[in-house]
Amino acid sequence: MMADDNSEQTKTAGQMPAMKPVVDVAAETAKMETDKMWVIMGPQHPFSHGLWTLKIKVDGEIVTDAEPIVGYLHRGWEKEAENRPYPKIIPMADRLCYAASMTYTHLYCMTVEKALGIDPPDKAKYIMIIADEINRLQSHLMWLAAVGTDLGNFTVFLWAMREREYWMDMNVRLCGARMTTNYPRIGGVRNDTPELFDRDIIRCTEHFEKAVWDIIGLIDDSSIYVSRMKNTGILTPEQCANLGITGPALRGTGVDFDLRRDDPYSNYDQIDFDVPVLKQGDSYARYMVRVEEMLQSCKIIKQAMAKVRALGKNAPYRLKVPSNVPAGRHFAKLEDPRGESMMYLISDGTDKPYRLKVRSPIFVNVSASRELCMGCRIADVPAIMAMIDMCLGETDR
Amino acid sequence: MSPIREYDSSWEGDIENKLTEKFGDKIKFTGQEIRRVYAHVERDAIFDVCKFLNDELSFEHCANVIGVDMKDYMQVVYHIDSYTTYKGECVELTVDVPNDDPHVKSVSSIWGGANWNERETWELFGIVFDGHPRLERLLTPETYEFFPFRKSYKLRGWE
Repeated sequence: MMADDNSEQTKTAGQMPAMKPVVDVAAETAKMETDKMWVIMGPQHPFSHGLWTLKIKVDGEIVTDAEPIVGYLHRGWEKEAENRPYPKIIPMADRLCYAASMTYTHLYCMTVEKALGIDPPDKAKYIMIIADEINRLQSHLMWLAAVGTDLGNFTVFLWAMREREYWMDMNVRLCGARMTTNYPRIGGVRNDTPELFDRDIIRCTEHFEKAVWDIIGLIDDSSIYVSRMKNTGILTPEQCANLGITGPALRGTGVDFDLRRDDPYSNYDQIDFDVPVLKQGDSYARYMVRVEEMLQSCKIIKQAMAKVRALGKNAPYRLKVPSNVPAGRHFAKLEDPRGESMMYLISDGTDKPYRLKVRSPIFVNVSASRELCMGCRIADVPAIMAMIDMCLGETDR
Repeated sequence: MSPIREYDSSWEGDIENKLTEKFGDKIKFTGQEIRRVYAHVERDAIFDVCKFLNDELSFEHCANVIGVDMKDYMQVVYHIDSYTTYKGECVELTVDVPNDDPHVKSVSSIWGGANWNERETWELFGIVFDGHPRLERLLTPETYEFFPFRKSYKLRGWE
């Protein structure tokens, strides 16, 4: 057969050969027996951002199942906390999430404050709002940089990291450290805002509100980038709520829920801000929600700074607290950059917690990767999983 | 999803009444705060209570399944949130589990978000969730044959 074809071609050399299908591709494929196959995206794939792997089951190019493998960083955080006095858990809480360390420390302090039945001074609450939002910006910029490299746009990485440095500098101004800050305390914060901090942070905010549009332009003008995000990893709001997905991914499907507004803590009810919600439910919506959130964070920082300034230099920022916590059960929730984080404390009247449980938003979000990846192609998997904003420190605890 | 409502201070009482009406003495309420309802549920009723919360009261989100070792017995604590009808409300359910028969019915068929939380509670405390689709070790190595978060397991090893 092949030989015949060749000889025919040589005979008719110089003329255009007649285009007739040699094989009916569709019919042949239907006859073929294909096996579904488990493929490990890794062991170190660039999208994984840490020590975890994703196993996907593929039928040709189509993903039919996915299973994340986590636990390589499990260090028994909760058990460790049961064997330490309350103040010594603060630096440990910083290490739960290195990209936004202050949110977890703030959450821990809020939980213990609830158990002690104390209310920290207003100034401490507003300073912590500023600190939380600085950390949210840092975390989102870190995510944006990571997504840039994942989806093949290296300039986004460089520019986002550059903007993040300014917020790092604000962290240094506030508490002397860049990442693991050890700044919040049970009953307030460690130190007052330093001199000229209000000037610096307003400058930083105003600079960022302009600079972020450069990065957004870089992404939205790149059709490769946008087409990899649009219409991939689509979830409905019902699915999202049922799977326990929280944070920007939830708001990207049209569920209008933000703990800062709907279950306010730490004087967030005194601040006017919008909660960005998009209805598409795809990766692009998750990206847009995060970008909008960064701009809202700037708005929150400006208002909170004005409140701190209005309270004056001599307002108290920390309370003295006893070392023993009365017996009881308390929990606090906080809107982390990645979703809803929560701590549940059982105290037994001693200076150590009886049980301290951390709810990590990523631990639950990543468990939904099967539903996120189902039906998409292998090439879409990095774009979908990048939108989870993986952080192993809090996932494995 | 059901229509969203804004917070009203009558919600906690409302939820309590509806649950008491349906389950009677199987559920005991231990406290109330703004946007918080605390309850203690009998072990055999937990699945029905959760199903009722999801289907009838639109609590769509299971935030947490926590294991606690109380030495004489164990406990499972659930935190369940609503996004719509009772927006921002959180119900805490506590279930006592005896040490010699650590079994609870799994709620991961109601909320997919409970799946990994239950797996984690099983591997760290040894509480078995009946009807769970896949009760395997997740964070700790598969070779572990003990439950490291029990109080009898000290930080440096067995007592």
